[in-house]
Amino acid sequence: MDAATQRGPAQAEAQASPHSAVHTQGGLLPLPTQSSLPAITRDELLGLYRQMALIRRVEELAAKAYTQRKILGFCHLYIGQESVAVGAAVATKGDYWMAAYREHGHAMAKGTSARAVMAELYGRRDGASRGLGGSMHIFDREHDFLGGYGIVGAHVPLAAGVAFAAKYRGEGRVALCYFGDGAAHQGAFFEALCLAQLYKLPAVFICENNFYAMGTPLHRQSALADMSLRADGIGMQRDAFEGFDVELVRERVARAADYARAGNGPVMLEIVTYRHRGHSMSDPAKYRPAGELEQYKEESDPLKITLRRLTEDFGVTEAELEALQAGVEAECEDAVAFAEASPIPDPADLYRYTYAPQQTTMGVGEAAPTFTIPALRAQKEG
Amino acid sequence: MATLQIREALRRAMVEEMRRDDRIFLMGEEVGHYNGAYKVSQGMLEEFGEQRVIDTPISENGFAGLGVGAAMVGLRPIIEFMTWNFSLVAYDQVINSAAKIYQMSGGQYSAPMVFRGPNGTAENLAAQHSTSVDSLYAHFPGLKVVTYCDAADAYGLLKAALRDDGPVCFLESELTYGMKGEVPDEEHIIPLGQAKVRRAGRDLSLITWGKQVFTCEAAAKQLEADGIDVEVVDLRSLRPLDHQTLFASVAKTRRAVVVHEGHLFAGVGAEIVARLQEALFDVLEAPVLRVTSRDVPQPYASNLEKLVNPDAARVVEAVRKSLGR
Ligand SMILES: Cc1ncc(C[n+]2csc(CCOP(=O)(O)OP(=O)(O)O)c2C)c(N)n1
Ligand SMILES: [Mg+2]
Repeated sequence: MDAATQRGPAQAEAQASPHSAVHTQGGLLPLPTQSSLPAITRDELLGLYRQMALIRRVEELAAKAYTQRKILGFCHLYIGQESVAVGAAVATKGDYWMAAYREHGHAMAKGTSARAVMAELYGRRDGASRGLGGSMHIFDREHDFLGGYGIVGAHVPLAAGVAFAAKYRGEGRVALCYFGDGAAHQGAFFEALCLAQLYKLPAVFICENNFYAMGTPLHRQSALADMSLRADGIGMQRDAFEGFDVELVRERVARAADYARAGNGPVMLEIVTYRHRGHSMSDPAKYRPAGELEQYKEESDPLKITLRRLTEDFGVTEAELEALQAGVEAECEDAVAFAEASPIPDPADLYRYTYAPQQTTMGVGEAAPTFTIPALRAQKEG
Repeated sequence: MATLQIREALRRAMVEEMRRDDRIFLMGEEVGHYNGAYKVSQGMLEEFGEQRVIDTPISENGFAGLGVGAAMVGLRPIIEFMTWNFSLVAYDQVINSAAKIYQMSGGQYSAPMVFRGPNGTAENLAAQHSTSVDSLYAHFPGLKVVTYCDAADAYGLLKAALRDDGPVCFLESELTYGMKGEVPDEEHIIPLGQAKVRRAGRDLSLITWGKQVFTCEAAAKQLEADGIDVEVVDLRSLRPLDHQTLFASVAKTRRAVVVHEGHLFAGVGAEIVARLQEALFDVLEAPVLRVTSRDVPQPYASNLEKLVNPDAARVVEAVRKSLGR
């Protein structure tokens, strides 16, 4: 039991004293010590590994296309953090997801195809968001991936809203919201958590603590090292762990999702991770202490960790891994070819997804206006 | 004269003012150790130290409000928004606190401070990172809203903003930070509220500001080839507005097109058109037209983005429409 739970007063006490520390009736239930997931199998882990490898390769190719100016704007890579989204997806495939702008991996873990992601990065018609959103705004309704967002922290309240709707309709579904350590400093984040706890919404708030918000290391943006501690002040259940091992993420996120799904209220998770690349494609990331990146790549690369487990504990062979890698390569090449071949958006669709656009009355540079004036003017002149 | 990039001109203004006035401090995301997201504040931490060049977490509403409080009791904060898009999460502090404090305290407190950062569209940054906030801030009494197109103006106007006794929203542009221009060696302050005629012309006045000045100058050049002689007026300050320069230009040319990056509907251009027709109804030869961003959130794809942003071709078309040729 953690501190927040211990502090929770009994229901009677809460009623007796309006000033007691926590009003949550009966105090917070502890998180389950085991999830509802079955033990992981060789095939399942191989599948998770493949998914991580696919995300990494898609992003490596995206980085290449970016340097060729085929992908433009801001592009934030998830390389190094893949185990978080992939592990979290196991128990939440049918749930709602939302993420920030570093979301290629989340979208793919949730089910978006490499093709749809790549075509979106290329700004093409077949992209997940039809070329309108780009790298930061991948949306995929079919897979309940409710988007990538560009204003830090601003999507956290939206996730609370999604959880609210899920509860309202009794769907038994959970909203998962991913954001960074930096985002845990936005007012929107705090307000959303307060609301979610107050209304006991089925939400899991996942802070991917990769130790940097752009060029600012954690210790210069926060007096607190563990972002999950924020939950204590809100009376919310929480958990914190390292997320480099996809198996561990799978299990611990599943516990949180089980808890929220059962109607116990939201959970805040801090998952420690590390990004291998700069903040975005334009950041050379010179602010890291010497050797830090190398150490994380060596000791905490999700792909390496799972690869070791597969070969050492599950007897996965070299030949199997080669076949897997070849499959990933083929899928990625196909995605790039698909993006290259996909047409750019149709200019005729410019206003298609804007309600009530107010165009110029003079028709300058666009179709003539749709209203007519002459009747009135004629009257006046006559 | 020194040739400076715009980011250097802005930095020079801040550094000079911080040397002469120790009430001024710079606060924002990545302004210190990272030397600025766009390197505007490069080297300033080194010169002024962590007490005066202060990195913040991503808490715009918090540090904008902190700036207002510090200003109320005598400091002169520079609050940098990494971009003005992110000022929207601090909008309440700028509007409800900074802009109103002087009036609602009966003149006892004010907020002498500068909110600054890049504004408007850059390239392929899609819907949430491409907002022009001009009209959002120009709407409110109590604020000044200032912008520039070149390095000399960037320097001289930011100096004036830093000496102003009220809150100033200073709108920069990501795309032109690297643009070079001549800046006088001696100290140079451009009073807020003075527009500048960038190019004199007979036939029509292009009224604009910020980087759209260059769009208008390009259009003017194209039109020149066809014997159409347009004047280009850079407003530089949206609030206060330099009515004198604006009206003098349009009274002379009798025609105007307003060009800006923000959206058309309820944009700053609408205000300018309203004022032109109030003051100059009898001299205008044609309706005043506007060329602005099209009325959609900014799309990511390049072909659509190009359609959305104002460009020289659209300005030329509007000028021809006004002139009937
Ligand atoms: C409100 C707001 N302020 C500033 C920014 C600029 N910005 C984009 S990402 C970022 C850092 C975010 O760091 P974190 O939340 O830790 O996520 P990470 O990039 O590490 O995944 C900043 C400052 C923004 N997009 N939105
Ligand atoms: Mg981070």
